[in-house]
Amino acid sequence: MERREFLQKCILVIAGASVPLSALTLIDPKKVFAENPDIQWAFLVDTNKCVGCGFCVKACKTENDIPFDANVSRTWVERYVYTKDDKRYVDSPQAALNGFTDSRIDLGRGEYKEIDKANVGKAFFVPKLCNHCSSPACTQVCPVGATYKTDDGVVLVDRTWCIGCGYCIMACPYGARFFHPVAKVADKCTFCYHRLSKGLDSACVNACPFKARRMGNIHDKNDPITQIIMNERVGVLKDEFGTKPQAFYIGLAQEVR
Amino acid sequence: MKSHVWRPLYVVIALAVALLVFRFFYVPNDFGSGKRGFMYSYHRQSNETEWKNQPAKYSVSGRERMHEYCSECHGEIVKVRSEKLHGIIPCEDCHGPAMKHPDNPEKLTIDRSRGLCLRCHTDLPYTTSERHRIPGIDPKTHNTGTECVKCHNPHNPSLEGMK
Repeated sequence: MERREFLQKCILVIAGASVPLSALTLIDPKKVFAENPDIQWAFLVDTNKCVGCGFCVKACKTENDIPFDANVSRTWVERYVYTKDDKRYVDSPQAALNGFTDSRIDLGRGEYKEIDKANVGKAFFVPKLCNHCSSPACTQVCPVGATYKTDDGVVLVDRTWCIGCGYCIMACPYGARFFHPVAKVADKCTFCYHRLSKGLDSACVNACPFKARRMGNIHDKNDPITQIIMNERVGVLKDEFGTKPQAFYIGLAQEVR
Repeated sequence: MKSHVWRPLYVVIALAVALLVFRFFYVPNDFGSGKRGFMYSYHRQSNETEWKNQPAKYSVSGRERMHEYCSECHGEIVKVRSEKLHGIIPCEDCHGPAMKHPDNPEKLTIDRSRGLCLRCHTDLPYTTSERHRIPGIDPKTHNTGTECVKCHNPHNPSLEGMK
């Protein structure tokens, strides 16, 4: 072998070896499309605006036929109270169906904690709902294929197919699922899929007087919600779980999970 | 091979075939993975349409399309509401869902209870929350047992507008 030929081949081998493996994999158009369909619903919660009136919970329960007297709800509002002696309290009596009409903290089991007015440091309200994650833990665990993620990004439960085993209720890191006491299946927020497909806002977004709850198409750059998510400081709940939540929060505190 | 090997094997094969036949008839045709693959979207496709076809109850009185639906007939009353105060509250929050109104129900059931007002107007000592900007009362001492609407006008709640 000549020296010139040897060098030429060396360069060729080095060039070939430096091509990353990922460059050689074929692109699956199906996969690319799933990552970029036209519509991808996302939710935006502005915790600074919420006053804890609970109209969203009432509207959601009415719209979706969730029994008022059962202590389950597709959406709920949490109250966070920090005292000046560095104690933190969280409660959500009856998922805030009737709002917060008591300054005492509901500790559960009929116990209430009175907090002295002068001792209240900061306090705020946080509305919560299903995060409609991009990688939902709940749909992975379903043994019968009853819960799934639609192409436009909504996680739904097939009521005729669900066997009520409760795996998904345990799998959700956000506690967004519950057992429907009447339908006897797992139930959760649907982003009011029936309203979205009719061009209406979801019941909770429609009911909120303070614009604390909003919804938009995150794949439309000109959507006002997408603009806020892209340009302002927003957070998601339990990012470390890797579920890629699609509900974004403005004004998140580290205690809110 | 001897028949003591074959016989149980036939049973196993028969069971497997029976299971496959049962599955063929029982699992709906549209069962399959969506674009997100087997892990996240193995489901019965027609269920999406079932969810979409659920009837809606609330109309469009929310903030995004402020009272669009109600003002078609009740324009005068909708206008009376001061935009600065209760104008931000969707009509249906107090008047109830009105998707098919005025056909069904012909007359809406209005929630006039104290509890409805107290959702926002209970005094809570939270100076850092937006709640602080809303005037609040102590429900245990403020005219107990009386409906708020006896004195306050819910459409124009300024204290000058008291009944």
